Amino acid sequence: MTDTTAAVIPVDEFAARARTWLAGHMPPADPSAGHFFFTATSSRTDDHDLARIDTCRRLQRLLYDGGFAGICVPTEYGGQGLTPAHQQAFNRELRGYDHPIEIQASTFIPCMAVLLEFGTEEQKLRHIPPMLKGEAIWAQLLSEPSGGSDAAGALTTAVRDGEEWILNGSKIWTTGAWYSDWALCLARTNWDVEKHRGLTVFALPVQTPGLEIHRIELLNGSVEFCQEFLTDVVVDDSDRIGDVDGGWTVMTRWLHHERTISGGSQYVTSVGRSHNAPNDGAVLAAVARDLDTVDDPRTLELIGEARALTLMGDALVSSVTRKLQTGELPFHAAAMSRLFSGTAMTRRAALALELTGGDGVVWEPGNDRQAGVGLSWLVRQAACIGGGTTEMARNVIAERLLGMPRETRHDDGAFREVSKGPRAS
Amino acid sequence: MFAHTDDQQVFERTAVRFMESHYPVERVRELARAETAFEPERWREAADLGWTTLLVPEGAGGGSISGNGLADLLIVTSLFGQHAAPGPLISTNVVATALGRWGSAEHHDGPLAAILSGSSVAVWGHRSACTATPSGDGITITGRVRALECATVASHVLVIATEPAGRSHFLIPLDAPGITTTALAGVDLTRRFWDLALDHVVVTASAHVGEPGWADVHDDELLDVAAVLALGEMAGALHRAFGMTLDWVTNRYSFGRPLSSYQEIKHRMADLRTQVEAAEAVAARAASAVGTGTGTGTGTGTGTGNDGRAWASAGMAHVGRHGPEAIQDCIQLHGGIGVTNACDLHLFLRRVALDANLYGSPAEFARRLGAIVVAQGDAA
Repeated sequence: MTDTTAAVIPVDEFAARARTWLAGHMPPADPSAGHFFFTATSSRTDDHDLARIDTCRRLQRLLYDGGFAGICVPTEYGGQGLTPAHQQAFNRELRGYDHPIEIQASTFIPCMAVLLEFGTEEQKLRHIPPMLKGEAIWAQLLSEPSGGSDAAGALTTAVRDGEEWILNGSKIWTTGAWYSDWALCLARTNWDVEKHRGLTVFALPVQTPGLEIHRIELLNGSVEFCQEFLTDVVVDDSDRIGDVDGGWTVMTRWLHHERTISGGSQYVTSVGRSHNAPNDGAVLAAVARDLDTVDDPRTLELIGEARALTLMGDALVSSVTRKLQTGELPFHAAAMSRLFSGTAMTRRAALALELTGGDGVVWEPGNDRQAGVGLSWLVRQAACIGGGTTEMARNVIAERLLGMPRETRHDDGAFREVSKGPRAS
Repeated sequence: MFAHTDDQQVFERTAVRFMESHYPVERVRELARAETAFEPERWREAADLGWTTLLVPEGAGGGSISGNGLADLLIVTSLFGQHAAPGPLISTNVVATALGRWGSAEHHDGPLAAILSGSSVAVWGHRSACTATPSGDGITITGRVRALECATVASHVLVIATEPAGRSHFLIPLDAPGITTTALAGVDLTRRFWDLALDHVVVTASAHVGEPGWADVHDDELLDVAAVLALGEMAGALHRAFGMTLDWVTNRYSFGRPLSSYQEIKHRMADLRTQVEAAEAVAARAASAVGTGTGTGTGTGTGTGNDGRAWASAGMAHVGRHGPEAIQDCIQLHGGIGVTNACDLHLFLRRVALDANLYGSPAEFARRLGAIVVAQGDAA
């Protein structure tokens, strides 16, 4: 229970405690960690990925036992009940140490953040402590094969049956569903109203009868993303998150928290983007050293441009985050961070390939550095697609931030009547 | 845009009033056609508002508002960008920085005091090619300085000259015998430039600014300061051009609907809005890092001390490349009117093009940052 008489530990003191604790408990940073599919190389295997996920679980448990998990989560749910400033201080101290970067999304954002805002007391007490202990990794069953950007157009259906719901449909683009424990799932519960008003959010265990997981092979060979097929999956009504047909209210916050992966979330334990940015200038410099071109002026220019993009993204994200906190900008302004991060990442991939030239398209087996350049370039548009396309971000910026006219809608009637296209089943 | 503390907000309000009353666009257009765009009386009034003192330590007669004078001055340079205002604001403040940091007591009492009061301006010879040879009691300086701002109204120029001890900074009075100026033409209509020729100009050893042989190290620090101030101007000019363009696409109709209703236009505006926000963000971040640190380092993203050079270079590499492109896109969105003199956009295009290239091209700033990244890796 929250002790209301206890004074909050000053940030400096907390940072000092973190410094000492980290030095005594956390292993040094793993340079191969944290790049996800973007720099997936041909030498990565499922065993390698599973071992890394186990490491993440263990690191998360270490954080929990040390009193540094869920820094901004209330103590009654296993967190520390501190402030965003404490989380930021911890993230600064974390530099140079390994940490469970791969499970920040989707477990803590958006899933834990959504549970904190919309979960019942029972749901929060049941689900949040296992998340913070590294025992439960969560996934988001959100996008559908029928349309990734149009989340409110979900076709996956939940039909009520007494105290239970029966779910049928298919979800796609789920990061790491194959090793996850639980998931949030958006489903249609009413086909006879406007599309946003007939949705409901559920929580369900991933290992549940009727839920079949297929791996998707990306064009660079990564198999981290999944597609799920739900056939008569039973979910108890006590696992419903928010109101029946009130799913869009949950969704707007879900999507907001998902976007904060670009930076600015109080629930993320990570050293920040510069240190993990794919194809950052430091990565390019390492490749150029291998190729012995590092002193070439044109190489320096490419390395500089890549680092400039990383720093620009950092500056933009922290400035936008601060302005969201002070109310200078509306929360839709986070779409600018998303847009810049996506376009910067694709540009850095192009810079890397330009730097390597022929050595980025042909390499010796096992040369992960050069393979990383070629393969991350091949799949680079994923940076502008996943987590909401940059086109959607541009619409949000134009319509919600700049007040430009909204696109004409063709889906504002009862969802049952909305055209689903010639190939819709 | 850059005012955060209460004191900075008061300072900004005063600056906004000053700029709005003295540099509305009609007045800037008059000055653009006038023989000299610089107005000594206005400059003295501006100095009274503190616009030349912020980068100088209190002991040398200056003083900041927030503790970081560079962050304070960003408020003013951004307004210069928003108004395409005349005056060697960047150049004079760079020289004031040099004199405040490395100048002698004699410099502080003389030229620096005059800069602080606004009775004179001094300018930075950032493209100096001079040699200094000892002669009798003094030093003889010969060479050229390219693209010197306000050379005919400034009292002093800070140049680099190569002497036996290495490359050194000298503060030279512009009325010294042997100096000739040649007017240049350029893209900006209210910031104007001259070439300077120095033919056996004799100065005393006290003209040295800083230890002999240290000019390149010091000029790199001055470049960081100039870069931050240029970023502020660019952010201001971009802000203004974007505002004009949003207004245009909202009120201009074609095919029976506002331009702003076309998704192509909306997406372009979203890109522009993001570039404007990014320019503003990096200017503030660079001002924070350069203004509180030593101006060197790696840009690790902490912003807490020694990574100013990386932030300043990153800003100039990125905004220097994308800022001018953004305003060209504003012109494109305006259509035919955008390429006329009647449309004000070109005033801001000119200012951004100048700031993006005058102190080094975007590619040069990228290489400067690239060298920092490589050095960081070598050290690791």
